Amino acid sequence: MRYLPLSDNDRADMLAQIGVGSIDELFADIPEAARLEELESLPRRKSELSVERHLNALAAKNMTAGSVPFFVGAGAYKHHVPSTVDHLIQRSEFLTSYTPYQPEITQGTLQALFEFQTQVAELTGMDVANASMYDGSTATAEAVLMAHRVTKRKKAVLSGGLHPQYREVVESTSRQLPGGQVVSLPADPMGTEDILDQIDDETSCVVVQSPSFYGQLIDLKPIAEKAHEHKALLIAVFTEVVSLGLVESPGAQGADIVVGEGQSLGNPLTFGGPYVGLFATRQKYVRNMPGRVCGETVDAEGKRGFVLTLSTREQHIRRDKATSNICTNSGLCCLAFSIHMTLLGSTGLKRLARINHANAIKLADALAAIDGVEVLNKAFFNEFTIKVKANANDVVEALAVNGVLGGVPVSRLEPDNPDLDSLITVAATEVNTDEDRAAFVEALTEVLG
Amino acid sequence: MSMNTQGRPTAPGTADAPVHTTFTGNKALNMEEPLIFEIGRTDICGVDLDEPEKVELRLGGHERLSSLELPALSEPETMRHYVRMSRNNYAIDSGLYPLGSCTMKHNPRLNEKMARVPGFADIHPLQPVSTVPGAFELIAELADWLMKLTGTTAVAMSPKAGAHGEQCGMMAIKKAIMEKGEDRSIVLVPESAHGTNPATAALLGFKVVSIPARDNGTVDPAAVIEKIRENDGKVAALMLTNPNTCGLFEPDIIAIADAIHEAGAYFYCDGANFNAIVGKAKPGDLGVDAMHINLHKTFSTPHGGGGPGSGPVVLSDRLAAYAPLPFIRQGDGELEVVETTSQLDEGEKPFGRMTAFHGQMGMFVRALSYMLSHGSDGLKQASEDAVLNANYVRVGLQDLMTLPYGEHPCMHEVLFDDSFLKDTGVTTLDFAKAMIDEGYHPMTMYFPLVVHGAMLIEPTESESRASLDLFVATLRDLVMSAQQGDTQRFEGAPYLAPRRRLDETQAARKPILKWTPPSPTDVEPKAAAE
Repeated sequence: MRYLPLSDNDRADMLAQIGVGSIDELFADIPEAARLEELESLPRRKSELSVERHLNALAAKNMTAGSVPFFVGAGAYKHHVPSTVDHLIQRSEFLTSYTPYQPEITQGTLQALFEFQTQVAELTGMDVANASMYDGSTATAEAVLMAHRVTKRKKAVLSGGLHPQYREVVESTSRQLPGGQVVSLPADPMGTEDILDQIDDETSCVVVQSPSFYGQLIDLKPIAEKAHEHKALLIAVFTEVVSLGLVESPGAQGADIVVGEGQSLGNPLTFGGPYVGLFATRQKYVRNMPGRVCGETVDAEGKRGFVLTLSTREQHIRRDKATSNICTNSGLCCLAFSIHMTLLGSTGLKRLARINHANAIKLADALAAIDGVEVLNKAFFNEFTIKVKANANDVVEALAVNGVLGGVPVSRLEPDNPDLDSLITVAATEVNTDEDRAAFVEALTEVLG
Repeated sequence: MSMNTQGRPTAPGTADAPVHTTFTGNKALNMEEPLIFEIGRTDICGVDLDEPEKVELRLGGHERLSSLELPALSEPETMRHYVRMSRNNYAIDSGLYPLGSCTMKHNPRLNEKMARVPGFADIHPLQPVSTVPGAFELIAELADWLMKLTGTTAVAMSPKAGAHGEQCGMMAIKKAIMEKGEDRSIVLVPESAHGTNPATAALLGFKVVSIPARDNGTVDPAAVIEKIRENDGKVAALMLTNPNTCGLFEPDIIAIADAIHEAGAYFYCDGANFNAIVGKAKPGDLGVDAMHINLHKTFSTPHGGGGPGSGPVVLSDRLAAYAPLPFIRQGDGELEVVETTSQLDEGEKPFGRMTAFHGQMGMFVRALSYMLSHGSDGLKQASEDAVLNANYVRVGLQDLMTLPYGEHPCMHEVLFDDSFLKDTGVTTLDFAKAMIDEGYHPMTMYFPLVVHGAMLIEPTESESRASLDLFVATLRDLVMSAQQGDTQRFEGAPYLAPRRRLDETQAARKPILKWTPPSPTDVEPKAAAE
């Protein structure tokens, strides 16, 4: 087996040195009844070539985003990632290093995390950020738990513009705690819900996504004000981090915790994971923040260096009193994010955001011109919702048959609300060309015709 | 054209090396690298982007007015910035990485290659199911391997890491208890458990009751039964790591599982150490109801400096119905993807959802690539080699270092305590830091908590015999050095790493968590004449 350095001679010699007659003597503590001889019904070892054949055959069955006009968003976005990013994250020293528990020999990872935290804090307009969470949905769930710790209350109010699967993750997690209460508002494609009415003195936090799941941009300021009047926290969520290059930051609008999905920078679609959850908050809440944090310090010679810090919040020290059970972060994905962000700088990010917005406007206008299509959102970034005169799910399937991946039928995530059956969320990014848009318009016209 | 007739000196010069400081602070190949914010500029961009078309913004007045100032680096500067930083990292690819419980094994590059095939990397989690049959087939195939290796009947694929998997398994248990209309609030956790176990139980509102280990480092079924009696009818689950964090297989695991089941509770197994027994025993045969599998440990997906991980949870028949959304069901001839409650069949009662989308697909591809490469025979061989290597290290060191539980065979990792350092003036931490100067990443220290000055060594199956011999010889030399009173080698260690020991107290007391521009008072005052 190509990954195993020991030869049979090595094994025999080593067993002799250990003083046992066979390898099974080392496994003698396994109860006899449970010992295995052979793993029946599983294939035996394969060469590199045959593994490639097997997996490539599976991959070939999938329609890739890059091979068709592609307009799918809803929490994961196809952007162009510079080649430098994937090369650098595959450097052995980043790829095959562990969590930087020995800072003297992991300054590479630690410095990258410190830079990442600085970038995320600046993007979100917040004081501090952690060293990443699993993804946007779990970051949102952790933010709600953090708000409960800060406010010592247990009621979360979720906007109807929150990604439905994010909502389900929050509900599943926060209802585990005794007294944990989640008020989820109905789906809100146009951003017209009255969330202010829901905030009272029991409320721990209000969770609002902007741009919303439906693409609508939401004014967070009045929500922050109302929340603060009741000593509740505003948790602002985004799924498209590129929007922060053009849309006002949640921090400037009064958010107390900002969480989001960072996949758009540096990370491929990869069918939903691994991604990178971004998490930022105000300085005063830093000791309630979940997840790993990297901080600056000095070494014995006075040289600047970085370490994991505030670990007294974490599970390996605090056990059942920890702020979170999180151990792993999204290390390599946040490195990819940070490298892409470094290549762009704010100048590049602003430009990229403008290109995305311009492409979305052109797409919205082109689709709105089709008979039987209505664009619902007046204010959006690179994603919006259309209403079609047919069942959205059928339309999207038919588009795929015509070689266009034309968005997500809302009913796939919200199946129990007939009002949403004709809605499709549609995203545009810098990868879309004029030809892509024309193909989409032609296919949709035909499908609806 | 004439040759340089003087020649150039070819003798090596003097070997005497007084303390040598450099102008740059660099040490030859070892470079000091400033932060992006100190070398980047906001007036450049390392990506060539088209000029955005002039359009009337449709942002509804939400345009960003607050500042956004992040410096950029050009492409060559970016490359150099990160390459230089990377050289300050230890990695498995550069040396033995004996972190017990963390399983730093070889990460095959075939797995990286396959994860980047566009058919896996360039597909969207919400594009029509009909356009990604290969993705669901891959997930189902990996699930099949996991169930067969563990002897279980269901698996929740979506958890994003080990602790997330624990949370998933415990939420399934909580749901099962609720469905039965019972009220059980207590989770039993042995003292030697990973910190994530009690943290997860507490996160779900359970009260944690600790179970002491017996003198040989394993759990006594009698102690479990006693806690069950003391908390009559209230015990929801036992969370047990097996092989345990002392590197020992729990010999009474079946009796423990029986006691838990008799009490109407569930057996959660922390699968962080599953890599020791793959192909040698199936957790399902040992009475396990739920166990997460760290694909980034047992199945070699890279640790990436702290993630991403992946933590699918296998479930017994007793818990299978409560697996979270989404899941894949074998329909008539083809796979059916269940993403919402409206698609549920009778008897399917998911407790909810762990994450958006389908889980860590990129990690699934890598793990399956690893499994296919090994095959059932290779996986078993890998477990055996991991255990063989750990025992080889054990016998190489047991006369000099101290084994807290006697000279009993260990599984894939060997646990020492620090009594061999007694009266030497060298602490466990000093000892570990001196390993850095010798070119080794230290072992896991001060964990598990049940042993004083714990040192947990997991060499993995990826090490050759020569590599183990050098490692053992190095540790022997360090032990003898400590016992002979050479404290200098330890107390300031590491001396040769990119950084000396870092002040973690200062970092925690006054946290500096991001770069801020130096304030004018920090800048050295300029000469008055200027």
